[in-house]
Amino acid sequence: MHYDAVLAETVSIRGADDDEVEAYTARPMDGGSRGGVVVIHHMPGYDRESKEVVRRFAVWGYNAICVNLYSREAPGAEPDDAAAAARALGGVPDARFVGDAAGAVRWLRALPTANGKVGTIGFCSGGRQAFLSAVELDIQGAVDCYGAFVVGEPPEGFPVRMTPLADRVGELRAPLLGLFGNDDAHPSPDQVDELEKLLKEHGKTYEFHRYDGAGHAFFSVDRPSYRVAAALDGWQRVQAFYATHLTGKA
Amino acid sequence: MCTYSTEKLDVTASSGKGPDGWFPLRTATVYYDHPVHAPHDHTVNIDFLNPEQGPSARVAVELSLETARELLAALQVTVARAEHH
Repeated sequence: MHYDAVLAETVSIRGADDDEVEAYTARPMDGGSRGGVVVIHHMPGYDRESKEVVRRFAVWGYNAICVNLYSREAPGAEPDDAAAAARALGGVPDARFVGDAAGAVRWLRALPTANGKVGTIGFCSGGRQAFLSAVELDIQGAVDCYGAFVVGEPPEGFPVRMTPLADRVGELRAPLLGLFGNDDAHPSPDQVDELEKLLKEHGKTYEFHRYDGAGHAFFSVDRPSYRVAAALDGWQRVQAFYATHLTGKA
Repeated sequence: MCTYSTEKLDVTASSGKGPDGWFPLRTATVYYDHPVHAPHDHTVNIDFLNPEQGPSARVAVELSLETARELLAALQVTVARAEHH
């Protein structure tokens, strides 16, 4: 029988500005050498389902970690209260996210079982942040799950800080996997087309999969937006993408 | 996430009741987005907050679009009556 123990726990890591931030990690206990995955939670917060995704990656054989991006606004708060507090304050500034994600990448690479390769995956607003992480950080792959405003301007008067990243596509440093629902409005199919065009123009390595009958948040098992077929195929694409880019020696 | 639309207003001389009892309200955010609990893809959500008292000083509702419309009409009627009070 295969030894499949996984350790999952809350830890404190150093993030942006060397701040101590809360994070949830899950790691296989069978030793060896393995890649790491930074999970970037959706705008509703560092919730039970985000933690389940972290454990999923550990079961797949990766060291995984998710930083509570609302650690500063709402330490110890319930995830929905923390998300409401962060929203009222205008969301997470990009520079602070990048600092927190860099801290998570450092933490993963310092583990004794690390092979040095790290990928990111983000959902919803985290999809855009996953893209940003592949621009700003030394990582080996990024997965953007329906992130809005990678291209396309936020509406006028929009109070959450989120600037498009279209002008930074040329700076992308890692392969990108994009998973999108064709019924989504943020990002719309036209915006996904636009992003794909930019990636082609800049000669970037990317892979997009787009699902009919699925809208935003089709991976969310606890919400009506969950779409079984899209989610099952999407998880297989993620597994294959990381198997290609996060295994072996760095 | 999602629709990302958020309206924010200052709230004055008003109170709400949260898990620790009554508290003064300072802000309200109103947005159409995925709910945490209501059985819809999107709902009209309102968070009444008092940031000075921390994230849990919050009165939250997630309303179906139909309910939000009815609430809006009820508020209009009530506010109009109050102005003649």
